[in-house]
Amino acid sequence: MRIPCPFCGPRDVIEFTVHGEARQRPVFEAHELDTPAAREAFVDYVYLRDNPAGLHVEHWYHGIGCQSWLLVTRDTRTHDILEVAYAAGEEEPAPAVVRTMEVAS
Amino acid sequence: MRFSGFSVLRNALTGQSGWTPHWRKASPKPAYDVIIIGGGGHGLATAYYLAKEFGVTNVAVLEKGWVGSGNVGRNTTIIRSNYMLPGNIPFYEFSMKLWEGLEQDFNYNAMVSQRGVLNLYHSDGQRDAYVRRGNAMRLHGVDAELLDRDGVRAIAPYLDFDNARFPIQGGLLHRRGGTARHDAVVWGYARGADARGVDIIENCEVTGFRMDDGRVVGVETTRGPIGAKTVGMAVAGNSSKVAALAGLRLPIESHVLQAFVSEGVKPLIDTVITFGAGHFYISQSDKGGLVFGGDLDPFPSYAQRGSLSTFADVTENAMALMPMIGRLRILRSWGGIMDMSMDGSPIIDETPVDGLYLNGGWCYGGFKATPASGFCFAHLLARGTPHPAAAAYRLDRFATGRVIDEKGVGPSPNLH
Amino acid sequence: MTSHRLPTGGLINRARRLSFTFDGAVYGGHPGDTLASALLANGVRLFGRSFKYHRPRGVLSAGHEEPNALVELRSGARREPNTKATVVELYDGLESMSQNRWPSLQFDAMAVNGLLKPAFAAGFYYKTFMWPASFWEKVYEPIIRRAAGLGRAAGVADPDAYERDHLHCDLLVVGGGPAGLMAALSAGRAGARVVLCDDDVRLGGRLLAERVEVDGQSGPDFADAVAAELKALPTVTVLTRTAVVAAFDQGTFAAVERVADNMPAPKAHQPRQRFWTIVAKAAILATGATERPIVFPNNDRPGVMLAGAVQSYANRHAVAAGKSIAVYTATDAGWTAARDLLAAGAAVAAVIDTRGATPPGFEDVGARVRTVPGGRVTNTHGRLGVTAIDVASAAGTSRLDVDVVAVSGGFNPSIQLISHFGVRPTWNERIAGFVIPQPVKGIRCAGAAAGHYGLSADLADGIRAAGDALGEIGIAMKPIRMPTTAVVRHDVGTAWWQPAPGDIGAKAFVDLQHDVAASDVMLAHREGFRSVEHLKRYTTLGMATDQGRTSNTDGLAIMALLSHQSIPQTGVTLARPPTVPLAIGAVAGGHRGTAFRPVRRTPVHGWAQELGAVFVDVGQWKRPQYFPRSGETDWLQTVNREVETVRSAVGVTDVSTLGKIEVEGPDAAAYLDRVCATRPSAIPVGSCGYMVMLREDGIVKDDGMIARFAPDRFFAFVSTVHAAAVYRHMQYCRQVLWPDLDVTLTAVTDAWAQLAVAGPKSARVVGALVDAPTVVDMAGFPPMSCREVTVCGGVPARLYGLSFSGERAFEIGVPARYGEAFARRIMEVGAEHGITAYGTEAMAVMRVEKGYPAGAEINGQTTAADLGLAPALATDKDHVGRVLSARQDLTDGRRARLVGLKPVDAADRLRGGAHVLAKGAAPEAANDLGWITSAAWSPTARSSIALAMVAGGPDRLGEVVRVWDGIRNTDMLAEIVPPCFVDPEGNRIHDA
Repeated sequence: MRIPCPFCGPRDVIEFTVHGEARQRPVFEAHELDTPAAREAFVDYVYLRDNPAGLHVEHWYHGIGCQSWLLVTRDTRTHDILEVAYAAGEEEPAPAVVRTMEVAS
Repeated sequence: MRFSGFSVLRNALTGQSGWTPHWRKASPKPAYDVIIIGGGGHGLATAYYLAKEFGVTNVAVLEKGWVGSGNVGRNTTIIRSNYMLPGNIPFYEFSMKLWEGLEQDFNYNAMVSQRGVLNLYHSDGQRDAYVRRGNAMRLHGVDAELLDRDGVRAIAPYLDFDNARFPIQGGLLHRRGGTARHDAVVWGYARGADARGVDIIENCEVTGFRMDDGRVVGVETTRGPIGAKTVGMAVAGNSSKVAALAGLRLPIESHVLQAFVSEGVKPLIDTVITFGAGHFYISQSDKGGLVFGGDLDPFPSYAQRGSLSTFADVTENAMALMPMIGRLRILRSWGGIMDMSMDGSPIIDETPVDGLYLNGGWCYGGFKATPASGFCFAHLLARGTPHPAAAAYRLDRFATGRVIDEKGVGPSPNLH
Repeated sequence: MTSHRLPTGGLINRARRLSFTFDGAVYGGHPGDTLASALLANGVRLFGRSFKYHRPRGVLSAGHEEPNALVELRSGARREPNTKATVVELYDGLESMSQNRWPSLQFDAMAVNGLLKPAFAAGFYYKTFMWPASFWEKVYEPIIRRAAGLGRAAGVADPDAYERDHLHCDLLVVGGGPAGLMAALSAGRAGARVVLCDDDVRLGGRLLAERVEVDGQSGPDFADAVAAELKALPTVTVLTRTAVVAAFDQGTFAAVERVADNMPAPKAHQPRQRFWTIVAKAAILATGATERPIVFPNNDRPGVMLAGAVQSYANRHAVAAGKSIAVYTATDAGWTAARDLLAAGAAVAAVIDTRGATPPGFEDVGARVRTVPGGRVTNTHGRLGVTAIDVASAAGTSRLDVDVVAVSGGFNPSIQLISHFGVRPTWNERIAGFVIPQPVKGIRCAGAAAGHYGLSADLADGIRAAGDALGEIGIAMKPIRMPTTAVVRHDVGTAWWQPAPGDIGAKAFVDLQHDVAASDVMLAHREGFRSVEHLKRYTTLGMATDQGRTSNTDGLAIMALLSHQSIPQTGVTLARPPTVPLAIGAVAGGHRGTAFRPVRRTPVHGWAQELGAVFVDVGQWKRPQYFPRSGETDWLQTVNREVETVRSAVGVTDVSTLGKIEVEGPDAAAYLDRVCATRPSAIPVGSCGYMVMLREDGIVKDDGMIARFAPDRFFAFVSTVHAAAVYRHMQYCRQVLWPDLDVTLTAVTDAWAQLAVAGPKSARVVGALVDAPTVVDMAGFPPMSCREVTVCGGVPARLYGLSFSGERAFEIGVPARYGEAFARRIMEVGAEHGITAYGTEAMAVMRVEKGYPAGAEINGQTTAADLGLAPALATDKDHVGRVLSARQDLTDGRRARLVGLKPVDAADRLRGGAHVLAKGAAPEAANDLGWITSAAWSPTARSSIALAMVAGGPDRLGEVVRVWDGIRNTDMLAEIVPPCFVDPEGNRIHDA
């Protein structure tokens, strides 16, 4: 698979790390953290997945590259990639300088 | 007809005229006591044990394609019970015990071969982890031996002992582990279930659930609606898709696992060997092919094919471990869709929908689990309570924190 | 043995003679020969034995579809079993052996299996060998395993090297036959970047095998002319001897180039094979089609060959495969082959066409040879090769004395690559073959691969496909002239085996290598294995090394007839990678031996080497494990000395591998409070603070230290093995979870050399290194301080009052390039204080003595509370892992929690991995309380000590437990103690 990184251009999947389904982390105030609602929301966030056979919006990290986290829309049946954006937002530039390349261990 | 050397000889003399289909091509009846979705190893084993052990014979197994077309026909055929955590060991040991008597039990030669499974270690830390695991196995009555470097060399002298990036220090040997002929397991269970009255219905895809007052009362299929008092899903790889038909989301992600077989060669590798400095496992089939595999493709996928980077990684591991393999040729590769659960352990449990039960989340390890999975799921479907050996495989463990995470990688399904 | 070499013709260099051996006998051949053509030229017909019945087999084909002529090529460590003689380029000194026979190819004792064929029907082994159960591994299976397999692997390390390379292009053309040549030429002339791969040694494909005229030239001459132009085009890359083996997503292809397989061994510094990754915007499969055999009784005798192969051997290699050849065909291609054979001077005894009269356009052939319209071959005769055949037709039956039957049962387009994507091929009735007519992921078939048979159709389709492909990727085609060539009829019929009830015993083979006969397909049908996948798995049809090329369709057709279904209704098996068997070593490239994974060395590696350090692998890093001195006889003695020196004087070690991450920005403190379960915002400027990170599921992810140099500038140290993952996670938190926070992260692990100086005299050593005005004493630089300083007269450095040993200690970071010099300087300055270098072992001993958790405890299964770290956490804020860490089963005090262990008998030695049971309890699962995570000999406590995870551990202090290590056969008693064995009050850190 090759992913068109918006900063680096199309690159082989080996340069990326996938984080799975893109989900919104629940937001709770400090005093709500131990409520059943918070617990339930986080159990859902951490453990449950739609896991569709079809379009899937997921987070990828271009670690051997610009170190951007990307929002990738991909078809899990065909591996076709329909859209790639910065996870941080439309206008977010990728980290400009890669001073050190971390080698995955 | 009962299979035996005698029946083979008799048919040799009578133009093979005595054989009949190993199972009937059943058509769906209007309703069953139990419907099992998924005609793979787990689904068929469930049906077999339901009929044989629990006396439930009004059962249909619905298979969307041909029997055994899922992961049971796409794995590396390894059987073992070398687990570490108390939630897992009793279950896999129960499975191993069933493997040990399986062929006589279902009268089909599944070529269960206890050739041994050898896990290599390459560091002190890994050795300690294997010692912990080996001791845990022994505490549960499972065989385990710790080998030093010379002990490993005696079993597998062709490994790279002299020039390795991560030298082999020793290994954990589980002699009762080994391999089995995967397709024969499917056919043996299918034949055994069929003989006890189970309807095995191929080319019958479930497209929806029939509900009544919040309870499942049947399924919609490509061959029409079928009623059922109880419905069990055994569709690992596609659990999320089928569960979604009932409005359920699962702690599961689907991933491709590739496997490979080489051209056949004369006996070369006697046991199952796993590499500890990477992810790689290999054995040699009775036919002579080297059967091997490695890591998952890291991204969710329902395409039954793997990526080049993972393929390349598997071969690197192979060459690092046993450089004698270099000139042997890969004949065929294939990909299966794994139900990767959030803690790397399976789920055999009721679901929030009344009458609907789940057997899934088998990650890499579904094949070796087949007999116990079927037995325990049959127990759950027949009695409504978990079998003791599968008591830890509950869905609510994610909410309570009682997860069973052998590798300690947490809710990252692609790392399990 | 009479020569079968034709007196003239062929693309062989008759001027040069190559010498080679087969089963020890010496033969001669010429450059341009394959092993198969050279053996045929020498009159060799018997090449091998079949898998199951050990029936004699000859060569069937002239390519990768070969099921029979498999040899062990080369010898010793280079032995390559199962090598198809049909694709081996002949070279001088080639050694080959037949395989899977005993004692000899001519007399194979295992052929007795053939007599047992009635019992050895498909799947017979599933029905027997079950009693008694223990006999499977001991008796049956060893016999089966020895009998199975094909050739013998070398069994020793592959001595040759392999390499990987990459290519990027607009258009990949797979196959350099007529369609591929025209496609590449069209695209190349249009200026597209083209890669053309052909498996053969030279371009041309069937142009090299058939007598044709293109643009007034012979086939080979035309191919050579196009090849020359392609070579001259600046944007075209031609790779011959290169098989494209697999297709992947987004236009990624894998190919393997046989760089040195045409010589006995690669030259110095030359790889044997090169594994290419080719990335293409579009691709054309001009891979041709594979001829199908015809199934009939005893169709496996040496001498039964594909007509196209017989034709190729005659035209390309100037070899007459037989002295008297019968052509048995259901296609016009069989007639073309007959015509070529006649032209080459070979003797054609008859053309037997299953269809009817001589097809139009082949009257010249019909005039010269006996024809049998509507005929079929009903049997063959001969012991080790065909000597005669029985032919039946409406005109009656007859026996023909021939030594070769050239069969043409139709063609299977070679669509393997495109079907790797799981696309279901469609059945094309006109050509009686499966095709994939629509492009898939930018890949399209052309020529025979698309079902367009015949040279003129092939050439035209190559041009068309190039136009379509380039159009899709926005490159304009230039007009190209279609080469002129005669249009030759190329119709195909079918000649499926018609099963009849009495056939169950007939030896009409479908899969030659695996000995799957038509009767086995009938048996599979009878037993219900009717789905094509069941058929394949039950009978092993199509699973041999020819990958089903010559067997799948015939088997499918028989099943279709038995099931009264059409072929497409019966199904199709999908090809899966690789398209041709692929050497494992080639894919791995250089990643083997010590080059399996990269080695990371720290900036002070050379210094440790100078001191004679023994190194240990930590992830990809090499870290000094211990520093033996002369006179020390084992590692423990060295480690004890290192520990004692640190605890009594001073030591220095390399901690450069720790992950180092700069965290800067106005929101840096707020950000870290969300990432860490501790409260980094509370760390004062100029100080360090302990840090714990959780995963979102509440389990500890990592621990480390954070130094704060300014209100908005932090520096995080994370553990060596988790460094990359933790940095990735921190970027996730910054970019995905909290993009609104103004903070920047930079991984600088490799930028800093970092050394730890520890021990009561450490302050004196560090004080002598650090430039004024910094004063390294308790007041000037108390423990947990951090400061940017200079050392050694102006070298920028960062100084931290961090201790991992419980002693007064410092870590000093200097830019990586100063690392080694600085380490040497530390040793010089420390000499007067008795400094020692110490390694990871001593470090580990001291951290166990202090009870600090490390990798064996922070193993992804433990909570902060399990490890006794709960007091360090700040739970009144949201952070990663905060909510789920409070789940009931993670906060249960009965969980396994960290404690210390000391043996009751001082002579006992605790070891990692031993389990903890209640004293007197039997070693059973129900009594399992926990396990030892880390153990060490403590020279300080003069005792074996250990850290352990024990159920409810801290509530059991003082309890004596059984430490059971059944797998190493030790059993001892130990006392549960607090996890700190040295200076529990923490005084020593302040002592200096």
